[in-house]
Amino acid sequence: MTAFETWLAMGGYAAFVWPAYAVAAGVLGGLALWSWRRHRRSVDVLARLQRQFGARK
Amino acid sequence: MLTRLANPARFMRVSGALLPWFGGASAVVLALGLVWSLLIAPPDYQQGESVRIMFVHVPAAWMALSVYLLVAVASGGALVSRHPLAEIAAQAAAPIGAGFTLVCLATGSLWGRPMWGTWWVWDARLTSVLVLFFLYLGYIALVNAFDDSSRGARAGSLLALVGVVNLPIIKFSVDWWNTLHQPASVLRLGGPSIDNSLLLPLLVMASGFALLFVWLLFLRMRTALNEKKARALSLYGQPPARREDSARARSPGLATGPT
Repeated sequence: MTAFETWLAMGGYAAFVWPAYAVAAGVLGGLALWSWRRHRRSVDVLARLQRQFGARK
Repeated sequence: MLTRLANPARFMRVSGALLPWFGGASAVVLALGLVWSLLIAPPDYQQGESVRIMFVHVPAAWMALSVYLLVAVASGGALVSRHPLAEIAAQAAAPIGAGFTLVCLATGSLWGRPMWGTWWVWDARLTSVLVLFFLYLGYIALVNAFDDSSRGARAGSLLALVGVVNLPIIKFSVDWWNTLHQPASVLRLGGPSIDNSLLLPLLVMASGFALLFVWLLFLRMRTALNEKKARALSLYGQPPARREDSARARSPGLATGPT
């Protein structure tokens, strides 16, 4: 086994270690992406309304 | 005084300046933490490589508890002072806390299977953390359950406050009851019982999680304030100058219309 394969195998715990990191990355990454998109949309909507009404910032 | 210090306009200014720093810092610290956790840290002498699950499980658990405390304190503040930012902070933080709790439960299960021989047991620690997850979900559902958003916020705040009793139960469950879960090894009297080679990457990951939380919290609070402003603009053609205006914006039936 190469050093990389040894590392991937995680001493026989690969089936538990990698899913654990995948779940964390998926949940937190998903949360970040969702929050970021919603933030972008709120900025766009507000900017459009402010142009429309010529409101002060 | 607190009201003057934390008015929404000042919050937008300060958080806008801090947002990229927290985003960048969390990315750097999490990258460092991942390399340290997966490559540099040595395997545990008893648990072998499976100990690497700890580096996501334990920080997620710490955040799950701390974020709930923040939701509860902000909810208490919202009930007492009716400060608009308190409500917004609690509602912005709750989904992040639920996310951390989910990560904690899932990684704990993945760690329990090889170490305890089971994915799940109904013991004190695991069950009380599951209750925490449901408290988060209940809070989020309750806040969004009313047509009148201020009533939803009040009901949610009450639930968040009552749920605080669960926090000491989680923290001390490993001491009060017999459980499969090990007792605290970092935050305990007499100092951490964990070796530095494992403690340091754990603390780096925990800092990364905390930075990520602050970034997400600011981002979500800014989103909520933008949406509130946009709602008022589309109703009145001007942003809410004061809280009374935004209160009226929630119940347009009472509004006298644009002036």
